[in-house]
Amino acid sequence: MTGPLHRFDQPGTYIGRSVERADASRLVEGEGTYVDDLQLPRMTHAAFVRSQHAHAKIKHIDVDAARAHTGVVAVFTGADINPLVKPYVGILTHLQGLRSPPQLPMADQVVRCQGEPVVMIVAQSRAIAEDACELVQIEYEPLKALVSAEQALDKDAPTIHPELDNNTAWVREIDVGDASAAFSRADVTVVERTFLFGRHTGVTVEPRSVVVEYNRSDNTMVFHYSGQAPHMMQAILAKHLDFAEENVRVVTRDVGGSFGIKIHTYGDEIATAVAAKLLRRPVKFIADRLESFTSDIHARDHRIQGRIGVDSDGRIVALEIDDLTGIGPYSMYPRTSAIECNQILNLTGAPYQIDHYRARGTVVFQNKNMMCQYRAVGHPVAMAVCDSLLEEVAGEIDMDVVDIRRRNLIADDAYPVTSATGMKFADLSHQQSLERLVELMNYDQLRADQSDRRKKGCYRGIGLVSMVEVTNPSPMFYGVGGAPISAQDGATVRLDAAGALHVSCSITESGQGTHTILAQIAADVFGVDIARVKVSTGDTAHVPYGGGTWASRGAGIGGESVLLAADALKAQVLEVASSILQTTPDTLDIENGVVVNADGDDKISLDELGKIVYYRGNELPAGVNAELIATRHYRVTDYPFVFTNGAMAAHVEVDIETGFIKVLDFWVVEDCGRVINPKLVDEQIRGGVVQGIGGALYEECLYDEEGQYLNATMADYLVPMAGEMPDIHIAHIETPTCTSTLGAKGAGEAGTGGAPAAILNAVNDALRPLNASIFQMPMTPERVLNALKA
Amino acid sequence: MKNKEIEVCINGETIQASVPVRMNLVDFIREKLGLTGSHVGCEQGVCGACTISIDGVAVRGCLMLAVQADGSSITTIEGVSENPVGSALQRAFVEHNALQCGFCTPGMIASSIEYIEQGGLSDRAAIREHLSGNYCRCTGYQSIIDAVASVVDQRAEP
Amino acid sequence: MIADDTQTCQPLAGGQSLMPMLNLRVAQPEVLVDLNRIAALSFIEIQNDVVHIGAMVRYTALMHSPLIDKHVPLLAMALPYIAHQAVRNRGTIGGSVALADPAAEMPAVLKALAATIVVVSAHGQREIPAEAFFLGIYETALDEGELVHSIKIPLATSGHRFGFYELARRHGDYAMAGVAVSAQSINPCTELSIVFFGVADQPLRAVDAQAVLEGCAISDNAALTAAQQSLPAELMLGDTGVSADTRLQLARVALKRALLSMAD
Repeated sequence: MTGPLHRFDQPGTYIGRSVERADASRLVEGEGTYVDDLQLPRMTHAAFVRSQHAHAKIKHIDVDAARAHTGVVAVFTGADINPLVKPYVGILTHLQGLRSPPQLPMADQVVRCQGEPVVMIVAQSRAIAEDACELVQIEYEPLKALVSAEQALDKDAPTIHPELDNNTAWVREIDVGDASAAFSRADVTVVERTFLFGRHTGVTVEPRSVVVEYNRSDNTMVFHYSGQAPHMMQAILAKHLDFAEENVRVVTRDVGGSFGIKIHTYGDEIATAVAAKLLRRPVKFIADRLESFTSDIHARDHRIQGRIGVDSDGRIVALEIDDLTGIGPYSMYPRTSAIECNQILNLTGAPYQIDHYRARGTVVFQNKNMMCQYRAVGHPVAMAVCDSLLEEVAGEIDMDVVDIRRRNLIADDAYPVTSATGMKFADLSHQQSLERLVELMNYDQLRADQSDRRKKGCYRGIGLVSMVEVTNPSPMFYGVGGAPISAQDGATVRLDAAGALHVSCSITESGQGTHTILAQIAADVFGVDIARVKVSTGDTAHVPYGGGTWASRGAGIGGESVLLAADALKAQVLEVASSILQTTPDTLDIENGVVVNADGDDKISLDELGKIVYYRGNELPAGVNAELIATRHYRVTDYPFVFTNGAMAAHVEVDIETGFIKVLDFWVVEDCGRVINPKLVDEQIRGGVVQGIGGALYEECLYDEEGQYLNATMADYLVPMAGEMPDIHIAHIETPTCTSTLGAKGAGEAGTGGAPAAILNAVNDALRPLNASIFQMPMTPERVLNALKA
Repeated sequence: MKNKEIEVCINGETIQASVPVRMNLVDFIREKLGLTGSHVGCEQGVCGACTISIDGVAVRGCLMLAVQADGSSITTIEGVSENPVGSALQRAFVEHNALQCGFCTPGMIASSIEYIEQGGLSDRAAIREHLSGNYCRCTGYQSIIDAVASVVDQRAEP
Repeated sequence: MIADDTQTCQPLAGGQSLMPMLNLRVAQPEVLVDLNRIAALSFIEIQNDVVHIGAMVRYTALMHSPLIDKHVPLLAMALPYIAHQAVRNRGTIGGSVALADPAAEMPAVLKALAATIVVVSAHGQREIPAEAFFLGIYETALDEGELVHSIKIPLATSGHRFGFYELARRHGDYAMAGVAVSAQSINPCTELSIVFFGVADQPLRAVDAQAVLEGCAISDNAALTAAQQSLPAELMLGDTGVSADTRLQLARVALKRALLSMAD
């Protein structure tokens, strides 16, 4: 870091220290409260009969036996639920041309993917509800299922929605410079590859969960949910269930992982809310694992044709991609299912200086589960495509993969920079990060070792990636397109009568350490012991309005709002103190819970000040307005997004007889600006990398030709487990963002965004002497063996 | 649906209850006893979130019926701090930030207690192997391995 | 109760396979008979030239048994590959035998060791060789009303050699291909017994490979290659993500690695 010593670099501050999480102490005692832990009087339990077909007409539904089953409270079909819901449409106006038909919570006449809710049973227990589900008879007339994006695009394909003329949801094209001319230059080496990315899903250990309460007397609803964006859900429920927004309260307590899965409008959750209103009793819906696999949003699933051209010095002269992605039968509401494709188009090649860039994205409807935003949206695809092409072309011109990056990375002193796709970059450190990575991983020695082992028939590979991550988004991400999604966050900081600070903030906690970093910021800025800071989040009745936790925005945006509020409160408190002490505020400060003078002498404790203000107001001079509470909001201006950057490397060994891949080692150099809590940041990165390794090697939602999901259990959908994962080495470069005082950028998604590219490159590096290569994820043993046969 | 009377000692407290014969042990513990620290993640024994200790042995709470626990002594996460290994692990998990969302943690700790009580070493590969039946989506596992290894090391110190 | 055929009745052993099926409502018996309180089925003892193991002996007990270590080393080699500790703490050898999952380790190991399955019913007891017990996916020679009582495994002799190799994506997963090998001697190979799991609809004895290798040194490259080539491609099953071709390739590799491990 350069420049003068910042206030947060002073010794003794909490910011920059690995402060332990108070929440962790609670959770290791089993004292967490997740939605399924709620037991309310008269609570009922919902279960759904879901479509077994990918595409079918519903001819007849017989629910008589289910309704008569002992313990069943109610049985609902789409005909009961849907009329009470205003249809929702997953479009954003700034994604021009994106279209999607209106959606309703339950199937109505036609089912368009397996897992769509058809009948809802509400019973005295989940077990009874499931018993009753088996008594429901549904007669279907199967329709042709369009399973792959290619099938759906075929000009003779039937349309999934009769009101649309074809199955295309959105097309975007970018053409900057003259890519054709650049590719055809005589001195340019061109490499072209087709990449396939399988479908993944989040597999949060805690499944999607809601408990909904309804009070008829005042027409209010309480929606307890395991999710990330309480205010967004409040707006959606109010709008589509016809409530005044203030009459809907959304409460999020402990969340057992979310990763972008729990931030969408799911039919089963909306139907649960409608049922609670109809029954005037609390209704609980906890997805079981099968339901999670078939109805939690999926992500990735892209086929990309990519082309790169470099000149004889290894400089990239042009890059071109063509992305095709199938998103299921609708665009998910309200974030839409076009964002991943959009991100891929925006971010491919982002770390590099590229003048000629051409991209096309085609988003199509199909009869599979819906796709939407999941951790690191688009990043793993964009980074893998560009950096794989770069390493492939490096091989072609016989250039080292570090060297070719050195020649193409945007220089650290070049910022601000606008990319070919119009992305505005500032405060990045690609060059420094790469050099730190090379040192951290001991690159040269690793190459020497690799070469020795090859001679003995041991195929190890080294793969790198230079990457960016979208964090701290401005309103230009969603709000601009009409979605009820706030890009700003608010914080209230309040001093109580005992001198403790209470922070409430609109970002949420799902284990990443939100509460802890907010406490660190408030304690530092205000000047109290962190043990005296209590943080609350997740309840629309009690926190300021704001966006919640997504797009790696909590620390950067929520954290800045706390900084501003704590700063404001401090000024107010010093104003009060100065009137009590008969001095001026600028001669006072707060240290460790005590107001001190310029010499550092204790003048009055916050405890005493609080007691004067709240109990003995008579001691305050007349006319002093003692406000011991302050609220501030913050949003990113000037930049649509605050990008971070990083460099990662993987070391793998490929068993060429079995196609098995072992990840031996993994290194990350991350620049997320100011690091508030190093341990928490490192753990975000590690968890992210492992999720990325999962995508690269193990995870895939598989469907057969009829659109039947084939591996909807945790025994069949392979998530990364402890036995196969490497230890991950992390180093940091800190380039604070100029967009805020705090200088923090996000760190939640970098690992997931970058790791697949590094693993892909490492595997291809291992296979290179065998003239084999693979461009499909996950890289299963079978696919590796097929690559070796090819 | 038939019920059966059972008696279990759970975290040191003896409880008699009438349970439906088809009810899972973990559902009984959560719903009837209100000990919600044990979590249900997959209901097929794969994720490990419901791992608890029965008569000193780690088992999946979702793969036993409550009636099968009749007469046994059960420890759930709520009772773990009574066990010196358990409380050392709780401390180490916090210190190493070996949890994020905390949903897998009760099962992870139950499996780790068994590892340490059986004399497991601080060898990282061995710990990874032992915990390979407990799924964590948040941490990437490394900090969990660190935490378990640190408790093994502490106990080895004279 | 098990003999009563008026209702669907399912014996419940360790429950590590049956309970998931019940939870997922794949299996829906009207009556479950819990075998876990039958203490008489939890023995491990030596009787003449066999180790006799009660059906309700749990994997963890087998792993901790010095008798198994000493007299049935192939079983001891296979045990750590079975799922995870918390599952092994409940899962039983008899349950695995009765379930007859072709991807499971136990059936293949018992077949490779020429074990005998002792079964009981209201009508008495009979013994079925493992060779004739496993008939297909979840299909056994058990008749209606019969239960697995115990397993008898011949004691290993001092010259006996064993090999075990399993290819699974993740630790504790079912094998993509695996093999259990037993030999009276290895230089040259005599009385080779090679049984695969996770490749076909039942534990698959590699009859041709046994014949090819019989009389050859175990590290004889040509014999090894011929044995690999002799594996029956037509019996290999494909499933989600693994084709029959891949299965064959993995089986060949597993065979080679198991045999070479025996030479060390």
